[in-house]
Amino acid sequence: MQDNVAEVADERAGALPSVNAKVVSPESGLSPPVLAIDNLHVHFVTENGTVRAVEGLSYTVKQGEIVAIVGESGSGKSVSALAVMQLLPPNSARIIDGSIRFEGRELLGLDEEEMRQIRGRHISMIFQEPMTSLNPVLTIGLQIMEPLTMHLEMSEAAARARAIELLTLVGITDPESRLAQFPHQLSGGMRQRVMIAIGLACNPKLLIADEPTTALDVTIQAQILELMKDLSRRLGVAVVIITHNLGIVARYADRVNVMYAARLIETGPAEAVFARPEHPYARGLLAAVPRLDRGRSVQLATIEGAPPNLLDPPEGCRFRPRCRYAIDACERVPPAVETEAGHFAACHRAGEIDTLERATIKGVDAAASSDARADGEAILDIRHTSKFFPIGGGFLRGPAKLVKAVNDVSLQIMPGETLGLVGESGCGKSTLGRLVLRLDDPTGGEIVFEGKDLAPLSRSQMTDVRKRMQVIFQDPYSSLNPRMTVGQIIGEPMHVHEIRPKAEIPGRVAELLQLVGLFPYMALRYPHELSGGQRQRVGIARALAVEPRVIVCDEAVSALDVSIQGQVINLLEHLQHQLGLTYLFIAHDLAVVRHISHRVAVMYLGRIVELASSDDLFADPRHPYTQALLAAAPVPDPVIERTRPRTIITGELPSPLNPPSGCVFHPRCPKATEDCKKAVPETRELKTGHTVACIHA
Amino acid sequence: MIGYILRRLLLVIPTLIGVAVAVFFLIRVMPGDVVTVKMRADGIAVSEDAIIAERKRLGLDKSIAHQFGEYLWGLAHLDLGKSLWTGEKVVDEILLRFPVSLQIAIMATLIAVVIAIPLGTISAIYRDTWIDYTVRVIAVSGLAIPSFWLGMIIVLVLLGVFNWLPKIGYVSIFDNPMANLAALFWPALSVGYRYAAVATRMMRSALLEVMREDYIRTARAKGVFRRIVMRRHALRNAMLPVVTVIGLEFAFLIGGLVVTEQVFNINGIGKLFVDATTRGDFTLIQGLVLLIAVSFILVNLVIDLLYAWLDPRIRLS
Repeated sequence: MQDNVAEVADERAGALPSVNAKVVSPESGLSPPVLAIDNLHVHFVTENGTVRAVEGLSYTVKQGEIVAIVGESGSGKSVSALAVMQLLPPNSARIIDGSIRFEGRELLGLDEEEMRQIRGRHISMIFQEPMTSLNPVLTIGLQIMEPLTMHLEMSEAAARARAIELLTLVGITDPESRLAQFPHQLSGGMRQRVMIAIGLACNPKLLIADEPTTALDVTIQAQILELMKDLSRRLGVAVVIITHNLGIVARYADRVNVMYAARLIETGPAEAVFARPEHPYARGLLAAVPRLDRGRSVQLATIEGAPPNLLDPPEGCRFRPRCRYAIDACERVPPAVETEAGHFAACHRAGEIDTLERATIKGVDAAASSDARADGEAILDIRHTSKFFPIGGGFLRGPAKLVKAVNDVSLQIMPGETLGLVGESGCGKSTLGRLVLRLDDPTGGEIVFEGKDLAPLSRSQMTDVRKRMQVIFQDPYSSLNPRMTVGQIIGEPMHVHEIRPKAEIPGRVAELLQLVGLFPYMALRYPHELSGGQRQRVGIARALAVEPRVIVCDEAVSALDVSIQGQVINLLEHLQHQLGLTYLFIAHDLAVVRHISHRVAVMYLGRIVELASSDDLFADPRHPYTQALLAAAPVPDPVIERTRPRTIITGELPSPLNPPSGCVFHPRCPKATEDCKKAVPETRELKTGHTVACIHA
Repeated sequence: MIGYILRRLLLVIPTLIGVAVAVFFLIRVMPGDVVTVKMRADGIAVSEDAIIAERKRLGLDKSIAHQFGEYLWGLAHLDLGKSLWTGEKVVDEILLRFPVSLQIAIMATLIAVVIAIPLGTISAIYRDTWIDYTVRVIAVSGLAIPSFWLGMIIVLVLLGVFNWLPKIGYVSIFDNPMANLAALFWPALSVGYRYAAVATRMMRSALLEVMREDYIRTARAKGVFRRIVMRRHALRNAMLPVVTVIGLEFAFLIGGLVVTEQVFNINGIGKLFVDATTRGDFTLIQGLVLLIAVSFILVNLVIDLLYAWLDPRIRLS
């Protein structure tokens, strides 16, 4: 058997992927599936007990097929992938039962050396974090050549030639000089391309990608995924994509497996699962995602509660405690029911849910109001504000260079409005948020809050302003002091700003906790006792404690799982409605921004390139960069995705140390002309409230 | 890179000036001075006049400010002055003892590196097995046993079992390598054990840390041979903190072997330091402190260069 595999391997190894490689369709071939997982059970032994991380997982992947595994954090999707590679931590993980067959050969029970011969040779894996997944002290070249010299016993020179070919294949320019570079000299997107090159080095038959683009910007994400899809189609590589992003699934996957709390709860062809989801969790997940093609008027339907603790999961159906259609039968583990060809759902009421839901939902709550007042005086008026950071320089080193993180930005935010601020990482959106809060001092310009310029204010005068302007941070794990109780965390700002007499603080804390959907008894808990979503609610309650008028939300929902994210977005909208809050909502997720904002500003390399009402911007984007961003962001609907034109922007964000002349976007812009290089384009108002900084718009 | 080294060496000057100033004033806080100690040692009644005369001869009667000025003037000419006790040049006093201390420090470092790197690596690979436990017991013992006590045990064993002791008196390694190594190996071993214990523990924990890194998982997912994952991917990254520990220990050894030198009856820098302090020999103390400061600065420079060699992120930025 093994000889046989080796023989086939040698044949394949010689042939490089080239343009004339035959196109393999997923349907072809009667041979066994590339990967067949059957009834897999994985446990983790921890100090607190046994965590059942994967329970009874079964699925198959055929040649040339792209299968997505979707689920929230802790659902067991990554663990199942590591089990295939047998790279689970040996001290705590146990594969209790099941079978993993690769081309018909059982992998469980192989020894370390036999597995080593398969890893990287026949099955490759791409990991989530391109920043940490490459060895910082070894060259890119060596890291790509390693599998070639080890598995295919290529000579140094042959491996080198192949490495150059691979880098070209994954779209890295100037591959020869890249070989001698180290990972820290490449951007995140480039590193992920290198990871893919390593994965493809030996022409594997199966590629497992674990959240391959989660850490990347949307334009880079689209480039990477297009590349993977193209390679899968051309070379017939079977691909397993693990992701929590339903848009990616809709755009790229042939089949979808949805996991919840260690179990597979729904599986089927992508079109079927998206069009006719059967399991209440899968339905809830789809409804909870903010979508680019839906505006503010549609309120997100959320799944209440949080996923169960896998140390002590509920009996029967794991989703039962959160499911509004639960019946007595759900106390038994539901079998997988085939509702149409190839589409299974593990639900006792599969097939009924759709009718049930129609009966219970009383139309969409359109009252999610668009009550922003475009008239009147701006509560926050940012006028020609800039922030330049000096880089380098110092003792005996010469003068510093300037990074223009925020460059002549003007924005007005009306009372009661949500202004969304989007852009890729490094565009300066977070810096702008910090300038508004005066956490950084602006290099130039004015920031007028309630009619007063903040820039010249002293520290103590700012304290007074901060009472009316608060912030919610991205990371609900590190932004709360672990040694303070929730009550102390929320009470502290009231105490500092002397908003309430000391005796009234506990009562007010209880009120705030209820306002953000928590319970008053949680005031005595510590942050680590709460889930991510609950912590983010605590962060919101803390911001509300001083009764602010403006809240800067810096990626406030980015770290949360889809179902929890929907809950927090709804909470923010509800609070705005109730308390008349004004939000500056900074995020990289276009769909979230689209959903929550009245108006949206698009930022690129320190400048605002387009500003319009949310509906207007997404329906009729005028700046080529905005158009590119929107094209790159996938919509969770395979039918729409398959018909959408896909113009994918190439290249990466240029270094802000050395920005391009004229329009900063021109090197990546499909419409760029000579004129674009000459002068920074003026911001023009195309129609009322829609401004663009582009001479071609 | 050369520019970097030159910049670092230039920074040595302000550091040394700071050290020189601090030590000058700190030692003058000590009660008594070299003259009283010397006179008392002679054991005879000394007249007040003789003490005053001796103070005058040594320049101790001048004001602190004046002495400080002279001291700085001397330093500017690279002149550390003369020992107040022996009247010999401070530089000569130090140079007489420095080779032996330096050699012990180097040998102890070699012993530590040879023991610690393989032992720490094995311990990390076989984590939580009997091999790991054995190594950890050996390492903890090294930390718990004082070097001088181990030195005494070594001397007793050499004498009691082999009825042999290294000859007293220093022979240069260039004159008679065998006699030199036979004499200095034992003190180097007794301090090297503790040194190795520190480095072993650092090696083990650094390696365990690195083994959890994503890039190690990537290497394994590529199907890289286990031993190459270890040697190429893990060890080099794990060496960074170990290099720091080894370097700082080395600098410490140059002046810090006070008791061990006593046990093996070696006339080294440690012993000189103790003598100079008990005698109130200010000029000699100042010279020794500067020597140790220079050692630390140079060792730190070497550590930083090793870092740059091991880690391209430092080298190329």
